[in-house]
Amino acid sequence: MKKLMARHETYVLTIIVIFSIVISIINPNFLTLENTFDLLKSYAFTGILAIGVLLVLISGGIDISFAAVATIAEYLTVSVCIAMGGSMVSAFLLAIAVGVLLGSVNGLLIHRFSIPPIITTIATMNLYYGLLIVITKGKWIYALPDFFRSFADVRVITLQTANGIPYGLSVITVIWIILMVITALMLKYTRLGRSIYAVGGDRISANRVGLNVAGIQVFVYGFMGAMAAVAGIVQALLVQTVAPNSIVGKELNVIAAVVLGGASLAGGIGTVFGTFLGVMLLAIVQNGMTLMKVSAVWYDVFVGLVIIISVGFSSWKQKTGGRRVKIDVREDLPELAAAYGGSGTDTERENH
Amino acid sequence: MENLFLSMQGINKRYAGVQALDNVDFAVRQGEIHCLAGTNGSGKSTLVKIISGVVQPDPGAEIVINGNRVHHLSSMESIRNGIEVIYQDLSLFPNLTVQENISISETVSSRRRIISWKKSRETAKRAMERIGINLDLDAVVSGLSMADQQLVAISRALTGNLKLLIMDEPTTALTKKEIDALLAVVLDMKAKGIATLFISHKLNEVMEVAERVTVLRDGKSIGCFSSNELDDKKIEYHMTGTTTTYSPYHAVPDTGQVPLLQTRELSKKDNFSGINLTVYPGEIVGITGLLGSGRTELALALFGLNPPDSGEIRLSGKPTVIGSVKQAMHHGIAYVPENRLAEGLILDQSIGKNIVITVLDRLLTALRFIDKEKVNSRITHSVNELSIKIPGPEAAVKTLSGGNQQRVVLAKWIASNPGLFILDNPTVGIDIAAKSSIHAVIKQLALNGMGIIIISDEIPEVLYNCNRVLVMNRGRIIREFVSRDTTEEEIQAFIEATAV
Repeated sequence: MKKLMARHETYVLTIIVIFSIVISIINPNFLTLENTFDLLKSYAFTGILAIGVLLVLISGGIDISFAAVATIAEYLTVSVCIAMGGSMVSAFLLAIAVGVLLGSVNGLLIHRFSIPPIITTIATMNLYYGLLIVITKGKWIYALPDFFRSFADVRVITLQTANGIPYGLSVITVIWIILMVITALMLKYTRLGRSIYAVGGDRISANRVGLNVAGIQVFVYGFMGAMAAVAGIVQALLVQTVAPNSIVGKELNVIAAVVLGGASLAGGIGTVFGTFLGVMLLAIVQNGMTLMKVSAVWYDVFVGLVIIISVGFSSWKQKTGGRRVKIDVREDLPELAAAYGGSGTDTERENH
Repeated sequence: MENLFLSMQGINKRYAGVQALDNVDFAVRQGEIHCLAGTNGSGKSTLVKIISGVVQPDPGAEIVINGNRVHHLSSMESIRNGIEVIYQDLSLFPNLTVQENISISETVSSRRRIISWKKSRETAKRAMERIGINLDLDAVVSGLSMADQQLVAISRALTGNLKLLIMDEPTTALTKKEIDALLAVVLDMKAKGIATLFISHKLNEVMEVAERVTVLRDGKSIGCFSSNELDDKKIEYHMTGTTTTYSPYHAVPDTGQVPLLQTRELSKKDNFSGINLTVYPGEIVGITGLLGSGRTELALALFGLNPPDSGEIRLSGKPTVIGSVKQAMHHGIAYVPENRLAEGLILDQSIGKNIVITVLDRLLTALRFIDKEKVNSRITHSVNELSIKIPGPEAAVKTLSGGNQQRVVLAKWIASNPGLFILDNPTVGIDIAAKSSIHAVIKQLALNGMGIIIISDEIPEVLYNCNRVLVMNRGRIIREFVSRDTTEEEIQAFIEATAV
């Protein structure tokens, strides 16, 4: 119990439960399977990006360029698929190759030139995104290949609403879940996963115990690139158009979700489950506001408040529960004075 | 020679024209407790780096480990031979558990890609058993005391085939009890044939258990001494080439005046209780006692960082509440923390900026902009006053030596012209040579009428610099000594007798 209370995840889960209760009281449509499946589908994009951001944050870095990487991977892959055909598998593989390449460039730059990650990735964000706009002239792609259209509608579980409309667990959600499980296993059970925590905890110590810090850094940013690429394809599947400017600008929301889920911007701390909860909390806030008919303009205000309350509460808890000096003050002064002579007070001195 | 584990001969190392090590010979026997002593810059760290394979010596060196001549000692080679270093920062991972911190070296060297948590637990348990300690394996290291963190670091070293453990200044952050526990562990390792090499720049507890002490000075080996032929004075002489003579401070403060500071029954739950403390203008009061006696908490209370629950503080006779650092500074109280690096200085900023930071509001132009000329003259004045050796006021503070950094802290607070100056372990981590010049500055300040409180572990430091010495123990002042009527031995004996 005590251990549970000390975990950030517990707080996020509590907030999710409270929100869910409040929202369902106002609109019973919230807590239906249909709405839940829908949320799990439409937030797969944010959720997959969040997995990548999580690894970067655990390693003690940060990435701002992932939305640009996602857009490039998405745009390039869809263009190639239109020109040369292909399948969903080849689309994902191509996108991931592009993502890993662009992400690794971040990792190499950060390592080679020791530029702070935030500066490096702001620079590469501008570079990647700028080049994309220059080359594509900002043109949208409306006609996606057929296999993009049909794959987006694949359901692993299919149910029907009362009036006969089918709904269910989308294959997109399944992709998200598989990625989360693989990442969680990697973080917990592989040397690489534990090394990422170690590097984020203390880089110099990591070097001293013989970890390949450079390799781990490049891996983390490359992995971020891969997640961005998958998310880019997922975005194309969800909206069925490709717009060079539709993703860029969402970076901070994703980072916020990961931090909301308990990852530390200082590095070394964070879990996949927490990140999932963070994403879902944001999803519920946004979805709940729609269902409660609150104007969408309030969304950012609520997100800001939720972040402050949730993150603030758990770090305040850590601060107050942290190391405090506690001295067992002695109560036996007269006895001590009798035994050794002299007493503590220094008020009785006149002659010096 | 009898059972040498490590023997090094003719070690030279030149860095960019500086002879860091000059033809040094050094040897550690199997299972020996050895101490390497020297002031800052004596070459200790360079020698340790060569032993651990981080740095290669200049050609011509001869290194023999366990009877085998080693031609190129790399860090991998050093670890393979059972040599491990625990640096002062311990190289732990604050975010990971005890178990992971202990087993990580083994995980890394095993080259297995998949982690077996069961195996890692066994490794950690076995390592702790070897030195008879029992920490919670699932505790996160950042929540442990300094002493427990050190045990974690030692346990990690023990997961390999440890033959020589090198520890850099292991006792500075430990209480007496914790030091005893650490030394017990070291003796236990000795019984198992593991040698320990302590690195130290002052005579302390570790030197008492060491069998031999090698002293370095200016990159040269002064010699290797059996520890029972050394005492404070001798080792200080070997390390610095001179002996400091403490000159007692007997300038009598004017006790007829209103005291600068007077506290009545000052108490704070779980910190200190019933503190009656008086400081007159021009008086230096020393507070000593073991780590954890409440002395730092009391100092923080007087500086507004740890407000007391009850009791009264009078400043120059007036009852005063000190609820924040700003108020404390407004009342002319200055505080130099023990950990000057963490709390006292902005390391990346220039020396000049650090000095004037407390008095910026007095160095403004009519329009409330910072007056560059006033700032510069203030900086020059402070640098000269304390004879700080600096490359220039624009250099970052972190480029200075420990002693000079401490002087910058003093300069910073003296610039604010305080009435009451509280110094928490003002010379910790500073070598003997730099110490006496800081003491001279403190005495001069008192002669100018400042009231000063010095908190220190070192009895000579308080005895010879203070009018009175108060002993704190578990949150209370349990005795007052008048410096001129007592001796080092008397205070030492009293502290030991009342230690629990």
